Amino acid sequence: MSDKAHGHSRIRQTRADNLFDAVNVSIMFVLLVIMVYPLIYVVSCSFSDPLLVVQSKIALFPKQVTLQAYERVFRNELIVSGYRNTILYTLLGTLTNVLLTTITAYPLSRKDFGAKKPLTVLFAFTMLFSGGMVPTFLTVKQLGLLDNIWALILPGAINVWNLFIMKNYFQTSIPGELYEAAMIDGADNFYMLRAVVLPLCAPIMAVMVLYYGVSHWNAYFNALLYIRDRFRYPLQLVMRSFFSAQDYAEQGGAGDDGAVQALLVAETMKYALIVVASAPVLCLYPLLQRYFVKGVMLGAIKG
Amino acid sequence: MIGYRTLAPQDRSWKQRLRLELMRNWQLYLLILPGVIYLLLFRYWPMLGIQIAFKDFKPTLGIWGSPWAASRGETDVLKHFERFLDSKFSLQIVSNTVILSLYSLLAKFPCCILLALLMNELRSTRYKKTLQFVTYAPHFISTIVLVGIMQQLFAAPSALMKTGGIVNTLVTALGGQAVDFMHDENTFRHMYVWSDVWSGMGWGSIIYMATLSGVDPEQYEAASLDGATKLQRIFYITLPALIPTAVTLFILDMGSVMSIGFEKAYAMQNELNRPTAQVLSTYVYTQGLNDGNYSFSTAVDLFNSLINLVLIVAVNTISRRVSDVSLW
Repeated sequence: MSDKAHGHSRIRQTRADNLFDAVNVSIMFVLLVIMVYPLIYVVSCSFSDPLLVVQSKIALFPKQVTLQAYERVFRNELIVSGYRNTILYTLLGTLTNVLLTTITAYPLSRKDFGAKKPLTVLFAFTMLFSGGMVPTFLTVKQLGLLDNIWALILPGAINVWNLFIMKNYFQTSIPGELYEAAMIDGADNFYMLRAVVLPLCAPIMAVMVLYYGVSHWNAYFNALLYIRDRFRYPLQLVMRSFFSAQDYAEQGGAGDDGAVQALLVAETMKYALIVVASAPVLCLYPLLQRYFVKGVMLGAIKG
Repeated sequence: MIGYRTLAPQDRSWKQRLRLELMRNWQLYLLILPGVIYLLLFRYWPMLGIQIAFKDFKPTLGIWGSPWAASRGETDVLKHFERFLDSKFSLQIVSNTVILSLYSLLAKFPCCILLALLMNELRSTRYKKTLQFVTYAPHFISTIVLVGIMQQLFAAPSALMKTGGIVNTLVTALGGQAVDFMHDENTFRHMYVWSDVWSGMGWGSIIYMATLSGVDPEQYEAASLDGATKLQRIFYITLPALIPTAVTLFILDMGSVMSIGFEKAYAMQNELNRPTAQVLSTYVYTQGLNDGNYSFSTAVDLFNSLINLVLIVAVNTISRRVSDVSLW
């Protein structure tokens, strides 16, 4: 993503070009505002006095800063347990994903692996066709995994798309001669994977950790299907109940002052909840941006 | 397979070859074993469960024990498919699905290309970097959070919030009528699609930005020397450079017009917008997991999967002919 094409001295800027640049910069600025404004607005509301928020008095920056909303968020045991669950599910899930994907991708990447072709076809076919929602649900149920943390981890333990990205990466970044040389020196496949492949393929491992990690953090579908106990809900599912349940209920009108105040804080609490739920991913994103982008490119290169 | 042949002469029997393969590669088989167990258990085993689409599934009898679908005492294995195709809902749900995904595709596609084109023309590297950073970010916001943000910003006026969310406050301040954006069958598609554009446009432009970074800068210089303006350079150099990628992506995307993802449509759905918000995947969920019509739901799901399969295969064939690119 270098910009070698532009700003080059040999390209003359005509007046029309300058006009174009000015328009372009302005359009991009508008876009920037459209992208950023909702996020800033949400953050500002979460820190503002609830009364000002419901009166739509917040434009950009928080007014009469208060932490009421966050207090409510962190005092809600459902949210706290949801947060704890999501961290656990994300850690355990990502670990399982990356481990399984790696040890599956490695044999599939080996040319001298006799079962390479049939197994690749078997995996690929599942990208085109699947059992579907109810049969998968019944399978998970038969396995006794309902209301169990493993129901959120095992059904999606290997993302076949990721598996193939990894397999292709192994194939292209490790020359066949390296295997031959190592085998002659008496190295076995376990050793090869641990001591040669993994160190050489650190970038792809980073991409996998990030992709799987984010998808676990943001997921709610499997939990919706397989988890009944509200204290095992991941954060996303807890949030969903906050956003949908109070949707119309809060229009009930004004009661006594305490109830009104509670309703008001319930409103800013939603903003705080959004911030709390997105903060970890959005805070890590700047540090890891290049890996995410790299992942897109890896996925785009067909194997 | 080729490497294998050179090591194991063809004149050996298959048993000997198998033994040799296992002896040589037992570690690879051991490594892949968990993955294969996963594949069979969670990917292929459920496929056997598809048979309940042709049965009258009773939880007490199980998948294999349930009787074949029957209506009025006669076996009619296609009963559930007929019921779906005969109902007046089916047409609505299928068209909801197709309209939503086509609208989404047609809105998002040009936006991603345009964004890449314009970002590519920015002379300030820092400005470009900032834009990339900011436009990629919403991709990481979860569906639930995205829908939550929309609900807050587009909230309708209520007893508590007299003027509604920020958008409706603005609308009424400008003399317009407040709209309940999130609970209206007429606004659902626009809300769905344009929030998708908002969150996915930057991410979708990455691939085009990468393509553009491969364009030879000398082309621009030569065009400039010939007196081409910036706009002309975009039309005659940059845009043509993007077309192969764009055509390929567009064709491949067409393969999924019948598969609107579940998560967002379901998160945005409510009683009031359901006439347009009910798509195949959410219908499968409500029928199966909510209402317990397992067989019917599976039939609808299978119907959808088969269409998807046909579409993807067709689209890949076209893509391979047109641009020499395909998924397999």
